Amino acid sequence: MRALYLALLLAPAVSFGADAPPKVSAQQFVNLQQGDSAFPGFRRAHAKGICISGEFQANGQLADYSQASLFKAGSTAFIGRLSIAGNNPTAPDLKAPVRSMALSFASSRTEQWRLAMNTPPVMAVADPHTFYQQIQAIQAGPAAIKQFFADHPESDEFRAWAAQYQPSGSFAAETYHSINAFYLINADGKQQAVRWAMQPTVAVAANASDEADALQQEIAARVAAGKVVFDWVFTLADAADDETNPTKAWPDSRQQITAGQLVVTGTTPQLEGDCHAINFDPLVLPSGIAATRDPILRARSAAYAESYRRRAKEQLQGALEGSNNE
Amino acid sequence: MSNSDRFSLSMRLFHWGMAALVLSMVAAGLLMVTSLQPWQLTLLNIHKAFGVVAILLVMARLINRLRHKLPALPHELPHWQKTVARASHWMLYFLLFAMPLSGYLMQYYAGRPIDIFGWFRLPAALQVDIHYYALFRELHGWMAVALISLIALHIGAALYHHFIRKDDVLKSML
Repeated sequence: MRALYLALLLAPAVSFGADAPPKVSAQQFVNLQQGDSAFPGFRRAHAKGICISGEFQANGQLADYSQASLFKAGSTAFIGRLSIAGNNPTAPDLKAPVRSMALSFASSRTEQWRLAMNTPPVMAVADPHTFYQQIQAIQAGPAAIKQFFADHPESDEFRAWAAQYQPSGSFAAETYHSINAFYLINADGKQQAVRWAMQPTVAVAANASDEADALQQEIAARVAAGKVVFDWVFTLADAADDETNPTKAWPDSRQQITAGQLVVTGTTPQLEGDCHAINFDPLVLPSGIAATRDPILRARSAAYAESYRRRAKEQLQGALEGSNNE
Repeated sequence: MSNSDRFSLSMRLFHWGMAALVLSMVAAGLLMVTSLQPWQLTLLNIHKAFGVVAILLVMARLINRLRHKLPALPHELPHWQKTVARASHWMLYFLLFAMPLSGYLMQYYAGRPIDIFGWFRLPAALQVDIHYYALFRELHGWMAVALISLIALHIGAALYHHFIRKDDVLKSML
């Protein structure tokens, strides 16, 4: 045991080649995300969002691939969050380049699952240290990000997606991707690499509103008028696919399985809802789902934990008292 | 030295076994809260699972200690040093219980079930409570600082007894 820990202690000191980016810590990462003036009590990334609730109605199609209880035919309640990228909890919804859906299934006291999904299907980079440089470039401006992409050809697929992406007028009309791959593990212990997406069942034209909360108002009104439904579609990797590389999409010819439908029946402003307290760390997994060795996925726990610790401490110290959902 | 001047074999085994475990846990804890490397998740899961081992061991260790006679401290030791020695040992015991307990409670209130070596899972709250999470998270952090300080004091005192006072205190645990 001690030898293992010693090896782990030394691991960060080992250099992985001349062009490897400098290693950053979770604290450096979250410092960069929150910027010079953090918003106390709020998430350091995707600070602005709205709580959603509803249930996942499984059709049983995925039950042979994973022993996770929520894939058995039947319903499982969820608490979730629809959000926009950025560290500002008052930012205008329609200006954000990325929209997100996060879900929490508390199937039982011992089986819980958190999911964090974004509109892009792939990452621009394949490891957290290069991702840090990408965020630095984004913060430095258009010339810097252009240069960054030129220096990082692995961002090709991400850029191709960004070039053709047309934001819809609603959180309900977006496709939300797992981006990182996971393993489904069935009762026999058989492992299958998958990615998944929440696919919309409505199309909504671009939103012309000039309200900062345009998307939140739209989704609240839409859910109040009737349920909002997504198809939960899994894509199964082939032996040729690299499940550890989040910059490369898998071919369209790969087998897809729809596990059921996600039905959203409620929305609540985030500071009044149950979603605000949750750390949507996608490495909180139930039996039957496991993390791949994707370096971006593996970096999430520590970074999410640092953001969560900061805002939880601020909230304990009264940061959000008297605040509305601004 | 006679047998009554030495800790019993079971107490010495508990002491050195837990010393290795606690130092590993502290190193793992400090690494895993900062590292973005792919092994971080593995280390995190090992840390949590060994926290359960630690609390079971310290329970057994406390029972074992209460059943044994301890070697006396050197008679000529100043009264204040004896007091500090006793107080620091009970503080260490307190922290050996409080560290795994606070670690578990912060996971519990964050809604994160803990997988124990793939055998079973410790339950977590169905509804996350961020206030209790924050409380136990900060306690876990501050108590880790206290534990590291006490271990440094403990090692320093053992070396002081052995090399400066040249008494049998360190040898009684070897």
